[in-house]
Amino acid sequence: MADLRIDFAGIRSPNPFWVASGPPANTAYQAHRAFEAGWGGVVWKTIGDPIVNVSSRYSAMDLGAERMAGFNNIELISDRSIETNFREIKEVKERWPEHAVIASLMTDTQQNWHDIMKMSVDSGADGVELNFGCPHGMCERGMGSAVGQNPDVIETIVGWVMEVAEIPVIVKLTPNITDVTRSARAAKRAGADAISLINTINSITQVNLDTFVPEPFVDGSSTHGGYCGPAVKPIALNMVQCCAADSEVGIPISGIGGISTWRDGAEFLALGATSLQVCTAIMHHGFRIVADMISGLSDYMDSKDFRTIGDLAGRATANVTNWEVLNLHYQRVARIDYDKCIGCNLCYVACEDGAHQCIDLVDPAGYGLGPGRVPYKPVPEVREVDCVGCNLCSLVCPVDDCITMTTIDNKREPLNWKTYQEKLSNGDMDPIPAHD
Amino acid sequence: MTLQPRIDAKQAAQNMGDVAPPYKAQEARIEATRCLYCFDAPCIHSCPTGIDVPGFIKQIAEGRDAAAARTILEANPLGASCARVCPTEVLCEGACVLLDRDQRPIEIGRLQRHATDYVFAHDIEVLSAPTHKSGHKVACVGGGPAGLACATELARLGHDVTVFEQQQEAGGLNTYGVAYYKMPPKISLDEVRMIEGLGVEIRTGVSVGSDISGKELLEQFAAVFVGVGLGRTYSLGLEGEDLPGVVEALDFIKEIRTKPLHEVAVGRRVAVIGCGNTAIDAVTQSKRLGAEVAAIIYRRGPEAMPAYEFEYDLAKRDGAEFLFHRQPVAILGDAAVTGLRLGSTAVGSDGRLQVDAQSVVDMPFDMVIKALGQERMQENLQRVFPDLQFTKSGEIERDFSTGATSVPRVFAGGDAANGGSEVVDAVAEGKRAAQSIHAELTGATSGAHVQESRLGVPTGPATGAGINCPVRVPALEADYHKKQGGE
Repeated sequence: MADLRIDFAGIRSPNPFWVASGPPANTAYQAHRAFEAGWGGVVWKTIGDPIVNVSSRYSAMDLGAERMAGFNNIELISDRSIETNFREIKEVKERWPEHAVIASLMTDTQQNWHDIMKMSVDSGADGVELNFGCPHGMCERGMGSAVGQNPDVIETIVGWVMEVAEIPVIVKLTPNITDVTRSARAAKRAGADAISLINTINSITQVNLDTFVPEPFVDGSSTHGGYCGPAVKPIALNMVQCCAADSEVGIPISGIGGISTWRDGAEFLALGATSLQVCTAIMHHGFRIVADMISGLSDYMDSKDFRTIGDLAGRATANVTNWEVLNLHYQRVARIDYDKCIGCNLCYVACEDGAHQCIDLVDPAGYGLGPGRVPYKPVPEVREVDCVGCNLCSLVCPVDDCITMTTIDNKREPLNWKTYQEKLSNGDMDPIPAHD
Repeated sequence: MTLQPRIDAKQAAQNMGDVAPPYKAQEARIEATRCLYCFDAPCIHSCPTGIDVPGFIKQIAEGRDAAAARTILEANPLGASCARVCPTEVLCEGACVLLDRDQRPIEIGRLQRHATDYVFAHDIEVLSAPTHKSGHKVACVGGGPAGLACATELARLGHDVTVFEQQQEAGGLNTYGVAYYKMPPKISLDEVRMIEGLGVEIRTGVSVGSDISGKELLEQFAAVFVGVGLGRTYSLGLEGEDLPGVVEALDFIKEIRTKPLHEVAVGRRVAVIGCGNTAIDAVTQSKRLGAEVAAIIYRRGPEAMPAYEFEYDLAKRDGAEFLFHRQPVAILGDAAVTGLRLGSTAVGSDGRLQVDAQSVVDMPFDMVIKALGQERMQENLQRVFPDLQFTKSGEIERDFSTGATSVPRVFAGGDAANGGSEVVDAVAEGKRAAQSIHAELTGATSGAHVQESRLGVPTGPATGAGINCPVRVPALEADYHKKQGGE
């Protein structure tokens, strides 16, 4: 059985799945429930001078019958007193010594950062996470993403924190920035032990077309909220990989953003994260989801003979390169399995209207499509000679394994943009003709 | 023994209620989101009226039920009826590509019902006729599905239409001849009111031939569409057919649809002769109205049964009995029917069905319902239009794609022309005839509501006469054909 234990920048936990800082990590009661369910760690809801929240606070984007494909909130940091939060952290840590309890912090002045760090250490927390990401409310007061969007400010504040840090310091980064590695490097330069990303993304999920007030509705108005949930996973994966691949970052990464299943978690690990944080999926389904995350990840690792998280972590990082070194001579084409094709012709219309016009609708004669088929119904046929291998048809196809993107051995030597440009300037080859 | 009502109003309402319950709004949206929104979707091609099925389903998924109803009713003005009475298993749902992936097609019929119910429940008018009229007047003889569809299409194209209907209400079999549990008469009458709302004049209680002659029609109207349907049920040719207790299935069903349910008289032991879908309607409703025994008597075996498999299943679930390879050789009784003498049948060496005179058995029945298919209207129609040509089997000879008959300015469609088919086929024929009438009157090449496949799918009958649908699900097509005989 795979060993799921992690040591993340000195913070140990029985598995990589942590409850992310947010509504599910607000109280000792919730932390107890989370650990009982199997979570490896809890990043406490951000502690700072208690705030006052509004009603309502959350909204979502549904996709068809699927609820909460994307989720947004305008809730601020903890509305409980600093003392209460640290007292509860102490209680939780005493009861769950083997689990990770991390205090998420947000304050302003150097003195305040020093004070809250000391309280964190005194509480027995295994580490702290500096919330430089919250994109609503707190940033208007010069905190949260207002810090995270300025690498110089990150460096300064992390520096203050490190002056008194006796436990590992994680810096949580905002995605509302052009190049996240600049923030990550700043954290590293200031001595942070790790980074975590992504925090939520600026968003408006929906507009009520009767009242013209977006959700969440607060007395006739709304505000920009933080976007999260399954829809943000691709953005988070991208940013995690960027930081993992950056030699100037080089500190552990806690992956956050749309993780709902073991597979999501495994993808973050593969791109270079070594701990994982989950919030929206818990808000949707409760703490119980961790059981499947643990068993799913464990089964997967067993199937690959990965003994530890370290065996999986970072396996995919180097497989993401710059476009200029991709092989221009690689070729794949779409192939349709007519035993599986159900005749919806979505591939045809997608290719015809949305891509490169390489699929024809042809007379079905000879294909012998399966039961329930309609005579005269045209079937899609890929013109392989014209297929650019864009993948679109296989993406829209509603049947598993019906359209397969197949690599063509075209016997051509690999050629990437970089070498192509070099060869062109050296006069070693003619320009590749335009696709007219 | 006289026939009598056997259940009270409460029981009747329960027994005769919807076999397919309506969706709740969210249920409909969830089902609608399953639809793949196929390109050039087979469900469209499998609908004789070419309803844009993925289109209306997408509208339901988006919460636009009224828009969905417009999509449906523009293609098929009897879309509410068809949602309930269409054999969707062999039409749109039988062609759904999800059958191949999930073994479960989209429930197109129920979704169609959901959308059309919405507009009728909320009095939303989704069809309209142009305010500027063409000045042409067209008569539709027969206010059944074919005539109503023709009238609707013509009204929407700006023509003045008058429908001549013999019964008290238009709607034809939708009003008078459908099993109650599939569709109460109100649905059909709602559609009739909707069509009247387009300015179509419906004259009920008028018998063409006696109240107005064919000649007068052709003098008063620029074109005439004949959609008179079929006639009486074929007779058994046995003595005693006029005994009290011996009824025609369509009369029995009409009574169910025109009387309070708990006042409909039914036998204690009911025999239904024939095994088409009308026979199933009769036997099932007999059971539901309180008959202790209700049996189908059919001269062939289940494999030859014209009824759809799902109708057969329904009847079995309702406790109907099936006596296969039996044929009545005598109707028993003096003052009223008391039973049937049944002979065994077998296929003889000449391939014809023969009754074994040695193996007869008498069975007691106090009600005998004849469901043997209906006579053609040739004789009546020849009196109205003496030059009208007919097929050998007595259907009006007409051009399949235009409905044009041998008589100039006279068009035909529906059961009278196809020999008896589905409501949706009649609607399609009425609609097509309307478009060719419009073309003839105005010179316009309309076809506005006719869809075509990208590959030029044949629009004539796929196989066999009387099939209007360009494309039908092959595995189920044979089943569909069997219905045509209406035995």
